[in-house]
Amino acid sequence: MLTFNNPTTVEEAVALLQKTDSRQRVLAGGTDLLVQLRSGRIQAQGVVDLKRIPELRTIRTENGGFRIGAAVSGAELGEHPALSTMWPGVIEGARLIGSTQIQGRASLGGNVCNASPAADGVPGLIAAGATCTIVGPGGRRVVAVDAIAVSPGKTSLAPGEFVVDFFLPAQAAKGGDAYLRFIPRTEMDIAVVGAAVNLLLDASGVCTHARVALGAVAPRALLVEAASHALVGTRVEAAALEALAAAARAACAPINDKRGTIEFRTQVAGVLAKRAAIIAYERARSRA
Amino acid sequence: MSKHHISLTVNGDPTEFLCETEQTLLDVLRDELGLTGSKEGCGSGDCGACSVRVDGRLVCACLVLGAELNGAAVETIEGVAKAGVLHPLQQVFLNEAALQCGICTPGIIVAAKALLEENADPSEEEIRFWLAGNLCRCTGYDKIVRAVQKAAAVMRSA
Repeated sequence: MLTFNNPTTVEEAVALLQKTDSRQRVLAGGTDLLVQLRSGRIQAQGVVDLKRIPELRTIRTENGGFRIGAAVSGAELGEHPALSTMWPGVIEGARLIGSTQIQGRASLGGNVCNASPAADGVPGLIAAGATCTIVGPGGRRVVAVDAIAVSPGKTSLAPGEFVVDFFLPAQAAKGGDAYLRFIPRTEMDIAVVGAAVNLLLDASGVCTHARVALGAVAPRALLVEAASHALVGTRVEAAALEALAAAARAACAPINDKRGTIEFRTQVAGVLAKRAAIIAYERARSRA
Repeated sequence: MSKHHISLTVNGDPTEFLCETEQTLLDVLRDELGLTGSKEGCGSGDCGACSVRVDGRLVCACLVLGAELNGAAVETIEGVAKAGVLHPLQQVFLNEAALQCGICTPGIIVAAKALLEENADPSEEEIRFWLAGNLCRCTGYDKIVRAVQKAAAVMRSA
């Protein structure tokens, strides 16, 4: 029988995980964990539910940006108008995860730590330059979101560590982000390819900074620096978009599976990167 | 190891149960509390037949552990009719024959009720999007969507 604990502070959770060793699984929304426990894909001796820890359940403004608890649900993210206005691409990704019912539970912390290469919540966070706070027996550390997933199902977290929150910095006055994914139907599917773009413009509309992240085209979501370089110094016109697409395709190292072939994923990564860049550019331009 | 003792409300009634960590809210509802209206279709959060609300939020009961629920307010299909009077959604689903085998119906009623509480006049697209996590293999969905629209109209004119 699995043990069950629901600590109310981060310190209590750390102590519990340390005491009970590595066969404990932390529970946030549970939309991946419970399925994996039941199918036997993962084994555990116990579950530590983190949702009674207020720090993991709240969205707070901080230095003009947002600190988002790791267990905040997709529905709660979507109901935060200021967050959705500042980082629409991040929220688009988070809100694409599953159905209304799944949105009632699924969290960014879970989406990142489940370490699926196709996780819809992850490319937007990477493009936004989000960091996360990790806590464990060694105390707290802050790392970039792209440093969490290592390969499908595997993270860089040490035994006893978990993600407390994410920090989204203040979006620049002339910044915009967007996330797009390809699935073969209209809703309720796993990304064949995902692409997030976050860019900043100067007063004349020239891109001064860009971050491009791709999902489902490699063992983990990728930050594609060459794709960022293709946008900087441009007005995101046709030639820049072609260079962006070429850089995105060059970064792809996907697999063949039932959702898509290597050739298809590579091609679509370029297309989605272009389309996401156009949306991000329009969003940045339309900001006051 | 002893079972977890959980106190909560189910459809407004103070309730207690004992469960093991492995038992989901759906297991608890059906096996411990005798509330078998919520159905198990897939057990993995894909079909929505076990849709219930926890603290007002629409969730799949198969993806919630019973042990999580101390102090929670759970609403199930059994709480939708009040004092023996069917909810407009239930009445319209019957009148319009918006069901065939009926396995998905409790989840769809619970989910649609949550939608109509936050949007009294949803478009067809909004209904289809909201109910995309409720699978029906009989109706082809058209009758369901039309019934939700009709129930919404009934509720607006009430």
